[in-house]
Amino acid sequence: MSNPILAVDGLTKRFGRPPAQVRAVEDVSFTVAPGEVVGLVGESGSGKSTIGRLALRLVDPTAGTILFDGQDVSTLPERRLTPLRRRAQMIFQDPYASLNPRLRVSGILGEALAAHGLARGRRRERMAELLDLVGLPPEHLDRFPHEFSGGQRQRIGIARALAVEPGLIVADEPVSALDVSVQAQVLNLLQDLRARLNLAMLFISHDLDVVELLCDRVVVLYLGRVMEIGPTAEVAARPRHPYTRALLAASPKADPDGARIARLLKGDIPSPIAPPSGCVFRTRCPLAVEACARDVPPMHEAGDGHRFACLRDASEMREAA
Amino acid sequence: MTEPLLSIEDLEVRFRTEDGEVAPVTGVDVSVAPGETVALVGESGSGKSVSSLAVMGLLPRPAGRVAKGRILYRTKAGETIDLAQASPDRVRRLRGAEIAMIFQEPMTSLNPVLTAGEQIAESVRLHLRLDRRGALRRAQEMLELVEIPAAAKRLHDYPHQMSGGMRQRVMIALAMACNPRLLIADEPTTALDVTIQAQILALIDRLRRETGMGVLFITHNLGVVAEVADRVAVMYAGRIVETGPVGDLFRHPRHPYTAGLLDSLPARATRGPDGRRHVRSIPGSLGRAAAIRDACAFAPRCDRVREECRRTAPPLEAIGVDRAARCLFWREM
Ligand SMILES: Nc1ncnc2c1ncn2[C@@H]1O[C@H](COP(=O)(O)OP(=O)(O)OP(=O)(O)O)[C@@H](O)[C@H]1O
Ligand SMILES: Nc1ncnc2c1ncn2[C@@H]1O[C@H](COP(=O)(O)OP(=O)(O)O)[C@@H](O)[C@H]1O
Ligand code: SF4
Ligand SMILES: [Mg+2]
Ligand SMILES: [Mg+2]
Repeated sequence: MSNPILAVDGLTKRFGRPPAQVRAVEDVSFTVAPGEVVGLVGESGSGKSTIGRLALRLVDPTAGTILFDGQDVSTLPERRLTPLRRRAQMIFQDPYASLNPRLRVSGILGEALAAHGLARGRRRERMAELLDLVGLPPEHLDRFPHEFSGGQRQRIGIARALAVEPGLIVADEPVSALDVSVQAQVLNLLQDLRARLNLAMLFISHDLDVVELLCDRVVVLYLGRVMEIGPTAEVAARPRHPYTRALLAASPKADPDGARIARLLKGDIPSPIAPPSGCVFRTRCPLAVEACARDVPPMHEAGDGHRFACLRDASEMREAA
Repeated sequence: MTEPLLSIEDLEVRFRTEDGEVAPVTGVDVSVAPGETVALVGESGSGKSVSSLAVMGLLPRPAGRVAKGRILYRTKAGETIDLAQASPDRVRRLRGAEIAMIFQEPMTSLNPVLTAGEQIAESVRLHLRLDRRGALRRAQEMLELVEIPAAAKRLHDYPHQMSGGMRQRVMIALAMACNPRLLIADEPTTALDVTIQAQILALIDRLRRETGMGVLFITHNLGVVAEVADRVAVMYAGRIVETGPVGDLFRHPRHPYTAGLLDSLPARATRGPDGRRHVRSIPGSLGRAAAIRDACAFAPRCDRVREECRRTAPPLEAIGVDRAARCLFWREM
């Protein structure tokens, strides 16, 4: 396999100081190969966005390393991050808040090109190319963000990210705010772009169906920790961690003949300020035993890069599912 | 079939705005029978919330008004009244005593300076004429009813001290406190995580089964529809475009919009010639389709559109006993 474009190892991020310290990300390791799309899934507060921002060094890690194109960027000072800023870009959830309302589309794309001194002397042409790439006509260059629908705005956000020809895009819930018919358009666009531009993506979502569609591999997070990681189809078909199982069971399926309202996970997500000892999932886990409170479960291999962090034996889990 | 509790007929809602009058709802026909869950589904801006506010008599005044149609509600006393015509006072009393509503964001409908117990107690004191102690006891029962752990303690918590899921439970407790016969739930789980959403859906469903109340469940999520609904009403650009029992409608949609929505689901993606999975999307967006009056409002996005569609506004046509579609060519679907 080719060298990863992104490799994080032991990545940890804590906000604030004890006793009110938030453990947003704890000991997270995974890689993204060039052209590969890796999904980060998990419920609110599981650390998805923080990992995305760490990967782009928009925040500093508390511990752990971030290798970008093989170079350790985890402690580089801001002035030396320019190459990273060009090779990696972000797309946001809210297509309304992420575009400057006072700039025309040409201004928004122009800013991105100018920041890295790109397409000098042929900017307008390059901007039209970028719009074409995301399926918008060149006339739209002269419009303001408020003149577009949510889906169109998200296309403009994608065009801006593509302006610098990045190798990696961190997409933080890019379709979550869109209606399903428009969401489908943007998902298809992302599929096309990754194929045409050999883009790698860290794709953040809480929608497992979307992740299954787009991602080669998936990282399942709970309270800042990796519960399970592996090829998406494999994890979806044979989840080995009880949290992944619960998450899959709880996501509503648009199948009126399927079983209604699945087996429920009890209780709320605990506070990230005082996460449970041992396995962070144990307070809601249907399979928890005493040992789960003692030790942080190590990663178990399930083959083919499929790993899960659970003390219980997989065969016992099968019965409970 | 049981006589409906609520039946909305040909509803039109208008708003006065700075740019003149707008009509975001122009053709809503929905009924809810006791004990039944009817899902009102559609994309954002299609008019779901405006329709439900019209039922509740909560349209912003004086800008908003019901311009046409009837909202027939059968009261506990067996009387049928048109909520669109009834006095605001009459509607307000029914809202406290027979019809309840829950919203997406409980924070905006809970009072931030009252504890969970105090809000529920205040409401039951008004509606059930209980004294202070009786009301507080009732409040605790209500928190237990919605499965809030350690309810006696949680009684004294303020909304900001609770998680989103807990707040939604408190709002449901508040809604259930008056023993409603009709519950209108406007995207009650949209802001919640899936595991918490599953808990809340199960809770609403349990309460429906136990009390026999009718539920009008508003959502944009087809997965949620499949889980909760007995019948479905699909809304587009201010109109109901299709209704039917959930199984029939999902298996055999009669309106191109419903078919398109179902095909847009990532779970229904198919593998393309490039080996990648693609979803069939509906081109374009809702935009200003609500303003289209003399044509099919879906025509600009419809893959079956013909000349007639741009000249005639299709009526909502009954198909057999319990289905209807607003498409000139539903027979060909
Ligand atoms: N700047 C910050 N200061 C303090 N705490 C923070 C900060 N940013 C994030 N957190 C906390 O870190 C944890 C992880 O947050 P993060 O935003 O990464 O979650 P997420 O998985 O993206 O959630 P969501 O699905 O809600 O977007 C949360 O408990 C959050 O409150
Ligand atoms: N107070 C108001 N004045 C004018 N237009 C409104 C008002 N409230 C809602 N609308 C418009 O009505 C349409 C339907 O809105 P809404 O019912 O909230 O949609 P949904 O709940 O289906 O997302 C939208 O175009 C919205 O902008
Ligand atoms: S009436 Fe015509 S445009 Fe409208 S949904 Fe039917 S086929 Fe499509
Ligand atoms: Mg986030
Ligand atoms: Mg709404």
